[in-house]
Amino acid sequence: MKMSKFPPVLLAMSLSFGVMADEVIIDQLSKEFVLDGEKVEAIKINKGDTIIFRNRDEFFHNIFSLSELSTFDLGSFPQNDSRSVTFDEPGVVEIECAIHPDMFMTVEVE
Amino acid sequence: MSPKVLLVVQLAVFSALAPHLVRAEKSDYVRPEISMPADNMSNPARIELGKNLFFDPRLSGSRWISCATCHNPALGWGDGLATGIGHGMKNLLRSSPTVINTAYNKFQGWDGRARTLEEQAVGPIKAQGEMHRDMDDLVTELQGIGGYITMFDQAYPGDGITEITIGKALAAFERTLITEDAAFDRWVAGDETAMSEAAKRGFELFEGKARCNICHSGFNFQDDGFHNIGVAQDPPDAGRYNVRPVPVLIGAFKTPTLREITRTAPYMHNGSYTTLMQVLDHYNRGGDVERNLSPNIEPLGLTHREKLDIIAFMVALVSDQPLAVTIPNLPQISPEYTE
Repeated sequence: MKMSKFPPVLLAMSLSFGVMADEVIIDQLSKEFVLDGEKVEAIKINKGDTIIFRNRDEFFHNIFSLSELSTFDLGSFPQNDSRSVTFDEPGVVEIECAIHPDMFMTVEVE
Repeated sequence: MSPKVLLVVQLAVFSALAPHLVRAEKSDYVRPEISMPADNMSNPARIELGKNLFFDPRLSGSRWISCATCHNPALGWGDGLATGIGHGMKNLLRSSPTVINTAYNKFQGWDGRARTLEEQAVGPIKAQGEMHRDMDDLVTELQGIGGYITMFDQAYPGDGITEITIGKALAAFERTLITEDAAFDRWVAGDETAMSEAAKRGFELFEGKARCNICHSGFNFQDDGFHNIGVAQDPPDAGRYNVRPVPVLIGAFKTPTLREITRTAPYMHNGSYTTLMQVLDHYNRGGDVERNLSPNIEPLGLTHREKLDIIAFMVALVSDQPLAVTIPNLPQISPEYTE
């Protein structure tokens, strides 16, 4: 099957987008935000959706936002830990890793 | 499939994935290209203008401090002091960082307040505690110096002498301050004899037991990251927190390059260590200040021999010859200037 070429996690994530994008998993890998195996700098989600940030590096990462729309600090967490945040208001939120600020992405909530 | 079931599936699959390892490949250490902003691509006229400005003490309010005062090419493009000395001979809070290889940085300064060299270059000129120069006055003064009028016109035709073109020229010059290859680079390129056996053991430790490359990564051995590594300082310096008020950044500073390390002592953001062994002892005991200490910092259990090997490796990051520069003859005020 063609789909067998894809890692199972990607298939699951694809299904989650196709059926119901309630949750999006974004990896923190090699000091980049990674979605579906690709570096991601901007995504669109729907109001009420949740993003799960998952640390896949062998050192700590952090997630925070100082955006007007949404201010939060999910703290720092080690490899294989995750933190999630739900976006309840439409608009644009900037998200950053405080430790590695080149890890930066925007979330457009529709 | 419900969202909860999907999440369980996703997390279960994730847990089976191999973790990303810190240990890097040799290719991760290959020299990268230097990126330049589209509106300030370097050329000889811009670089020469920037060099003149870099060495010109008239850029300071006292007419006595140039960029090269704190970033002295004879001292590894730093000043050899624990902390810099600014306007009025007042001690500054932080060590003057070397400007070598800053072209590779995505954040400039110990707290990363500037994203570009153009922005960073004019910061110390205007800072009250550093060069203490009113920018408008500086522009007016430079506009009265014929040599500078010509150089600005050649470097930035039609743009005039402004804060922006001053910053651009300084940045163009700083992008030329790049280290030559060191023994480590020759080893990366395939010459197994380029590094001593001690240095090779040190590199293994650097990427392994000592965990140095968690922060000191890539060609320039820095991660553009900000970490509180537990350096004692009284009074405490909030560091990056002043720029990004997130608690984890209290006392965090940008990872410095390890290139030219033996030419850029003393070490740490406040210059508190004069030798590399002192630095390694700091990390080996897991830092000195626990408040907001990075969770990546922990006692390492390195032996004295292992520390010597890591130092041998760091010495292999020093280029054979210091970066050479020809000091410019600065343009003088035009005889016809009457103000």
